[in-house]
Amino acid sequence: MAAILDKRELTPVTRLFVVDAPLVARHAQPGQFVIVRVSDHGERVPISITDFDLEAGTVTLVIQEVGRTSRLLCALEPGGELLDLVGPLGLPAPLPQEGHAALVGGGFGAGAVFPLARELRRRGVRVTSIVGARTAELLILRELLEPASDAYEPCTDDGSVGYHGFTAARLGELLEGGAGFTCCYAIGPMPMLRAVAETTRPHGLQTFVSLDPIMVDGTGMCGACRISVGGETRFACVDGPFFDAHQVDFEEAVVRSKMYVDEEQAALAGAAAS
Amino acid sequence: MTLIHPTKTEMPALDPVARRACWDEVAVGYTVERALAEARRCVQCQDPVCELGCPVGVPIRDFVRRIQLGDFAGAADVIRTRNLLPAICGRVCPVEHQCEAHCATVGRLEPVGIGRLERFVADWERSHPRDGATAREVKRPETVAIVGSGPAGLTAASDLARLGYGVTVFEALHAVGGVLRYGIPEFRLPKAIVDEDVERLGELGVEFRTDVVVGKTVTIDELLDELGYAAVFVGTGAGSPKFMGIPGENLKGVYSANEYLTRVNLMRAYDFPGYDTPVKRPTRAAVIGAGDTAMDAARVSIRLGAEETHVVYRRSEAEMGARHEDFVRAGEEGAIFDWLTLPVRFLPDAERRVRALECLRMELGEPDASGRPRPVPIPGSEFELEANLVVIALGTNPNPLVPQTTPGIEIDGHGCIVVDPETGRTSRPGVYAGGDISTGAATVILAMGAGRRAASAIHGYLQGGSDGDVGA
Repeated sequence: MAAILDKRELTPVTRLFVVDAPLVARHAQPGQFVIVRVSDHGERVPISITDFDLEAGTVTLVIQEVGRTSRLLCALEPGGELLDLVGPLGLPAPLPQEGHAALVGGGFGAGAVFPLARELRRRGVRVTSIVGARTAELLILRELLEPASDAYEPCTDDGSVGYHGFTAARLGELLEGGAGFTCCYAIGPMPMLRAVAETTRPHGLQTFVSLDPIMVDGTGMCGACRISVGGETRFACVDGPFFDAHQVDFEEAVVRSKMYVDEEQAALAGAAAS
Repeated sequence: MTLIHPTKTEMPALDPVARRACWDEVAVGYTVERALAEARRCVQCQDPVCELGCPVGVPIRDFVRRIQLGDFAGAADVIRTRNLLPAICGRVCPVEHQCEAHCATVGRLEPVGIGRLERFVADWERSHPRDGATAREVKRPETVAIVGSGPAGLTAASDLARLGYGVTVFEALHAVGGVLRYGIPEFRLPKAIVDEDVERLGELGVEFRTDVVVGKTVTIDELLDELGYAAVFVGTGAGSPKFMGIPGENLKGVYSANEYLTRVNLMRAYDFPGYDTPVKRPTRAAVIGAGDTAMDAARVSIRLGAEETHVVYRRSEAEMGARHEDFVRAGEEGAIFDWLTLPVRFLPDAERRVRALECLRMELGEPDASGRPRPVPIPGSEFELEANLVVIALGTNPNPLVPQTTPGIEIDGHGCIVVDPETGRTSRPGVYAGGDISTGAATVILAMGAGRRAASAIHGYLQGGSDGDVGA
C-alpha cells in the first residue's frame, strides 16, 4: 500500500498524485514506471513516473481519466492510499552524455518527460521540450518542465497557446530549421509516438518512444506487453518501455492496445442496462 | 495377508459435463472409508522404495501406516516432518513419475494412491485444527530474506522459521503463492488452501511483503548489506514465457499460458466485469503444448465457454509431459488432442484477431537430443485448425531480474542461477537459490525439495558449520 500525500487537479481530466513510496523513489530512474492496483477487484495498470524525490521518499504520478481504472484512481484523495504500488519497473531511458535532446510529450507524457529533462540537463545535455495538448487549459506541468528545459515549446491543436498544431509538426519544423538535435524521446499517446517516429525517420535522428501497452504483472512473466521491434518480439515491461522508434511495429502495437475494446464496451453496455 | 485390490480406490470427482461450467475443485477427495481402503492396499514394505521417489523424502510407509491405524493426526505429523505443504502436494505432484512409480506393487497392480492419501491426511488436518504443531522452539537473532513466494520460497521460509530465524518473504505480485496463485487453476488447487498454508507461515512469524520486485524495488546487495539480512534465498521461478517465433504470434487472442492463467487465476478475469481484468472468451480454443500448464489452459478455456478446445502437440501422447490425472480429466471435459501436429503460423481475420492455425502433420523419426523420437513434418500435410483463442504453453525461461541486478552471481547459458545441487549455494556467499530459477521449469515438489535443502544449508552457513539437515 502507498499513502497518498498530495493531489492536484491539473486539468478537468488529469490529476497529479504524490505518493509515499520510499523504496521506489530510492531506485527510480528517468523513464521507469510503476504498476498500480486500486481495488481488490482492480486490474494492474502501468503508470509512468513523473517525478521521484529520494529525500522525501515520494513518487509523483500523473493520471488521465481514460477508462475505469484511471477514473477510480482519480477519485482517490490525500489520506487515502493506493492498494498496490510496485516498481520502479522497466529499464531507465537510454540517455546520452552530451548533445541536444528533443523531448516530446503529449497528454500525461507532458509530465513524464520531466525526469528525462532533469537528468539530461544534469549531464550537460541541451534540452528542448515540445509538449502538446488540445487546448491551453489542458497543457500540464509547464511550471515543472519549462525551468528544466533550455527551450520550452508548447503546442495546442487550437492554437490557444504556443504553436498551432501537433507536437510532431513542431518537431519537424525545428528539425528543418536546423535545431541540431542529436536524439529524441517521446512519451504520450500512440498516434503521437508514431507521428514523431515518422517525422524523425527521414532525418535519421535517433529516436526513442516510451510504449505503454497492456500489461499484467509488469515483471516479464506474462508477455501481454509484447512489441515487435526490428522484427523481434520484446516485452515492454522488462526490455522497455523505451524502444527505437524507427524499429517499432506501430500498426501491431495499436491493434494490441485495443485488444479488449469489445469486452470493455460489452461491460459498459451491461452496466448501463442493469 | 489379505489380497490386495488390483486398482486404486476411486477418487470421487465432479461430473465432467457439470464441471465444464464451474470452477469448483474437480477431484473431491477421499472419504475416511475410501482412505482406509486405499491405505490397506499398502503392504508396508520392509524397504519402502516409494520414498526414494519423493523429492522431499516424506516417510510414506509410516504415514500410510498411521492411516491404516485410523490415526490421521499421527499421519499428518509424519508427513509434516518432511513436507509443510501436503494439501498442495497431494493435489499437484506428478505422483506417477515419483513415489507411485517406485511402489513395490507396480508392474502387477496399480500402485498405492500415495498422492490421494497425502491429500486426504492434509484435508483431514485442515478440518481438525490442532495447536502447537508448529511452534518454534528457539528464537535466533539472524533474519533471512526469501525472494519469491512460490513453492520453493514457502518451503524455505517454513523450515527457516521453524529453526527460529526471522524470515521475510518478498513477492513481486500483490498476492502470495507464486505459481500456486497465478498458475494453477482453482479447480485443481483451491486458493483457500494456499491461503491457509500462507496463514500458517504467518503464525510461525514469517513476514510477507508483497509488491516488492527484488532486483528493482530493492537489490540483493541491499538486503544483505543495508537491511540486515544474514542470508538470502532466491526462488523467483521460471517466469519468462517462451513463444514460438512464428508469423501471427502477436495477433489479438494469442496468449502465453502465463498470461492466460494469470488473468484468470490471479486477476479473476473469469468474473469480468465483476473483476476489472478482461480475458478473451473463446468459441474454439487451441492450446499448444502438452504439459501440466497446457492441460490447465485447455481446461480453463473450456470453462470460459469454448465449444471446442484442441490441445496441439508436435510429438505423440507417449511424450506428453502432463500429469496423467489431469490429461484424463481434460479429456473427460471434452479437450480434443491433436498429436503430431505443429502450428507454423497463426492466421488473422480482418480485425487482426486470430482466426485459425496453419498446422503441419508430423511423424516420429529417429531419437533427438532429448532421446525422444524426433517429430518430422510430413510434406504437403498443411491444414487449418480454426481457433479464436490460442494459448502457447511451451514452457518458460528463468526470470532474469535477479540475475541481471546481482553482481557476482553466476548464471549458466540458459539464464539459470548456478547452484550446488546439494545445498543451493550460489557463487555469492550468503546467497542461495532453488526451484525453477536454478533448474529451469520443473515441478512444485522439486522446487520444494530445493527450498528445503537450501534452508538446511543456510542454517549451516549461519551457524558457521557445514550443511545440516533440518529434519523434524
